Amino acid sequence: MVPIAYYLILAAVLFSIGVCAFLIKRNVITIFMSIELMLNAVNLTFVAFAHMWHRIEGQIFVFFVMVVAAAEAAVGLAIIIALFRARQTLNVDQVNLMKD
Amino acid sequence: MELALFIIFGLLAVAGALNLLLQHHPINSALSLVVVMMSLAVLYWSLGAEFLAAAQVIVYSGAVMVLFVFVIMLLNAGEEDTSPSSRFSRAATIAGFPGAAAILCLLTFVFLSERDHLGGSPIGGYLTGAVNNIEVLSHTLFTSLLLPFEVTSILILVAILGAVVLARKEQ
Amino acid sequence: MNDTLLWLIPILPFAGFLVNGTLGRKLPRALVSTVALLATLLPALIVLKLWIFMKSAGAPDHFTLSGAPWIAISGFQVNFAFAIDHLTLVMLGIVTGVGFLIHVYSVGYMAEEEGYWRFFAYLNLFMFFMLVLVLASSFLLMFVGWEGVGLASYLLIGFYFKRDSAVNAGKKAFIVNRIGDFGFLLAMFLLIAHFGSLDFAKVFGQVDAAPGLTGGFLTAICLLLFVGATGKSAQIPLYIWLPDAMEGPTPVSALIHAATMVTAGVYMVARCHVLFDRSPFALAVVAIIGCATAFFAATIGMVQHDIKRVLAYSTISQLGYMFLACGVAAYEAGIFHLMTHAFFKALLFLAAGSVIHAMGGEQDMRKMGGLRKRIPITFYTMSAGVFAITGVPPFAAFFSKDEILYQTFLRGGTLGYALWFVGLVTAGITSFYMFRLWYKTFFGEPRFDEAALAHGHGGHDEDLAPVHAHRGSHATMVAEPEHDSGQAARSHGVHESPAVMWVPLAILAVLSLIGGWVGVPLAFGGHNEFEHFLGPVFNPAEHVAGHITARGPEFVLALTSLLAVAIGWYFAYVFYYRKPGTAAALAKRFKPLYNLLDHKYWVDEIYGRLIVSPLLGFSRVVLGGLVDGLIIQGTGATLGGSTRGLGWLTRRMQSGNIRSYAGWLALGAAAVIAIVLFVVHPASANSLTR
Repeated sequence: MVPIAYYLILAAVLFSIGVCAFLIKRNVITIFMSIELMLNAVNLTFVAFAHMWHRIEGQIFVFFVMVVAAAEAAVGLAIIIALFRARQTLNVDQVNLMKD
Repeated sequence: MELALFIIFGLLAVAGALNLLLQHHPINSALSLVVVMMSLAVLYWSLGAEFLAAAQVIVYSGAVMVLFVFVIMLLNAGEEDTSPSSRFSRAATIAGFPGAAAILCLLTFVFLSERDHLGGSPIGGYLTGAVNNIEVLSHTLFTSLLLPFEVTSILILVAILGAVVLARKEQ
Repeated sequence: MNDTLLWLIPILPFAGFLVNGTLGRKLPRALVSTVALLATLLPALIVLKLWIFMKSAGAPDHFTLSGAPWIAISGFQVNFAFAIDHLTLVMLGIVTGVGFLIHVYSVGYMAEEEGYWRFFAYLNLFMFFMLVLVLASSFLLMFVGWEGVGLASYLLIGFYFKRDSAVNAGKKAFIVNRIGDFGFLLAMFLLIAHFGSLDFAKVFGQVDAAPGLTGGFLTAICLLLFVGATGKSAQIPLYIWLPDAMEGPTPVSALIHAATMVTAGVYMVARCHVLFDRSPFALAVVAIIGCATAFFAATIGMVQHDIKRVLAYSTISQLGYMFLACGVAAYEAGIFHLMTHAFFKALLFLAAGSVIHAMGGEQDMRKMGGLRKRIPITFYTMSAGVFAITGVPPFAAFFSKDEILYQTFLRGGTLGYALWFVGLVTAGITSFYMFRLWYKTFFGEPRFDEAALAHGHGGHDEDLAPVHAHRGSHATMVAEPEHDSGQAARSHGVHESPAVMWVPLAILAVLSLIGGWVGVPLAFGGHNEFEHFLGPVFNPAEHVAGHITARGPEFVLALTSLLAVAIGWYFAYVFYYRKPGTAAALAKRFKPLYNLLDHKYWVDEIYGRLIVSPLLGFSRVVLGGLVDGLIIQGTGATLGGSTRGLGWLTRRMQSGNIRSYAGWLALGAAAVIAIVLFVVHPASANSLTR
């Protein structure tokens, strides 16, 4: 018997690591990957709660999150490709044409 | 025994996440992320979500991460630039770390304080009737949540079109 | 008596004001005058009808005319209502009668002025407010009239608004009046607190029903009311606006500052006699201040050179007499003198206006002289006024002033005798300065240049060369003439006024002669109908005993005052007719005393130093600097500044750098989670059980 709380804490840890990576990393693809990591952590939370309450809606939500994440990954990477073509760099600090 | 399973794959997931954080080359980060996804799949299975575990492996690690790797290879992304960051990036670090830490602490605090209420999780099938996970999932998905299901298919269509348009070479 | 007619009494002048005020600019002068004159004549006729009604057998002594409710809060109610009794009748007669005559006179006097319509509009407005004041049945409605006449006075004093001195005089009048009004207001508050009502009938009824009620808060109320009266009726210490008010056109001085508005204070004290009777201290204060003012103003009037200033100080002095009368609880005598004073003072001012008109705008008596033969009608009418005011029998003021002095003497006690003596001396001084005016203006050799006059010396105020431009309230020894009326420069020297001007003069002169005959006391074989007429108002039974007099004492006292008048006349005759240089020589001999009088006891300067300057300093530094600059503007500036600062801060978030966005995102997310977990759904209360 694993207390549900442990799953939730694990998810929280993964989420925080994702946030850290999101903030520290400079490569735009790595940042994108950290977003995926955060999404996964949330998925784990949903599944844990679904298990706890014996309801299927949690898992269905995860299903939808996966679908959307996949779509988002596709579009996001396309944008990154376009960005690379325009700026020839993947360094996020140099994507600053909107600075004042 | 469930505990051992949880600890091993939990640690594996955390290790993979940390590796993603600490690696310099994006390809290493991508492969660590794959490790994370796989361990998460095992954890899903231990929580009685067999279908999701399979979906995680097939969709997430099998398709999304592969896409990431392809893009990294396409763009020939090199090692990360370690030059001193600009003022704003420093601001991000300064603001962000406490933020991340705060989130972590908050969530942990909540979950730990509610530990007793949350109860435990016997491994495997969550319904005493041992009904098939897929059966229940698909039943709900195609009856009460049919509309969202169909909408997501349109969403995927839109995403495909978007990706094609955005990634096209300038003619 | 038809109620509607009575409401029309004040409404008609108001309608005149509206018509002339809004349309007057475009109307021809004849129409403006007609409207204004009708607006005063018709009320006068209605008053006449009312008079006949009230004197007829079976008419009530007093009645109220109720109108719409004004304020009705729990227990406290004030209505728009008129109260008419014999006192009101007397006042109504004076206001409408004398008012109408002055309106007629103004048609001639102001004929050449620009702003003709404005003048008559304001004059009608004044009539309206004065009538409201007189007719009011409650303190509050009286206060409306009170304030309103102050407003009209301000508008009219400052009629020549292009002249600084006139504008300043108007402001001074209004502000000083305000100070008095403050006292009135406080008195009203006390009345509400103690009697729960502002209605005359109710308040006086409550006081009547409590025979033991004396002193204490009643004294406070009376003193505060008297403060209001000193402001409106120019007594010490608030008389300073009246001499300056001579900047207005002469008809204004006649109507407002002689006959009607300044008498409002006396009327108010008489109306509230029920309250004053219960407070001997307040009565004593009224009497002392009245007498002191009478003496004080008379002494200043002795040395004034401007003909209108002399009359202004004489007004203050005569008002002092009226208050003296009220102060010894001889209210009928006070109102009697009010009536006779209205006649002769209006006459004097209008005649002075006629003189000024004849002199082409000259007001300095040192430049007049020998006008007796040139402007005979003015001379005869003005003489009637002079004889009246000095108290020469059988003219009006002999009876009224004598009645006052007699009542003061009757009151007895050291105060009574002292006041009587000062009043006597003042009568002598009054005689002196009025005859001085008479001699200097009409007798002797002309001291003006006929030729210069023929070429239009003096003129519109706009024509004044800058060297004549103005000084505030000081009549300096080297007084440059203060040209009042913009009389058009006539090219034919000294001339008599037109009929429209001298006919009212004649009527007033006749009234000055016979006006006192309604109050001839028993001592001289009369029946004193006036006193009887006001009897129901003042309930003589409660008054000083000995009211119905024996012949002896009153006769003797009358002779004494006649003696004082004769002495004053004699001195004036010697100084200004027989040996014209005497006055100047005396002035040199007693230079300090002369200076004191000439500078009006330096009162204006004292007020300026003691009161005005500190207030001005306080306003500039504290209110202007601190409150306005720091607090009010500071608040505005702080708000604006802080918004700007906040904007500057938040702008730094929009850096264009993605990672800083990420940082803010993380911070924000943490904050939201914290709020949701701990504020919106406190985690401890959350039940996560199934």
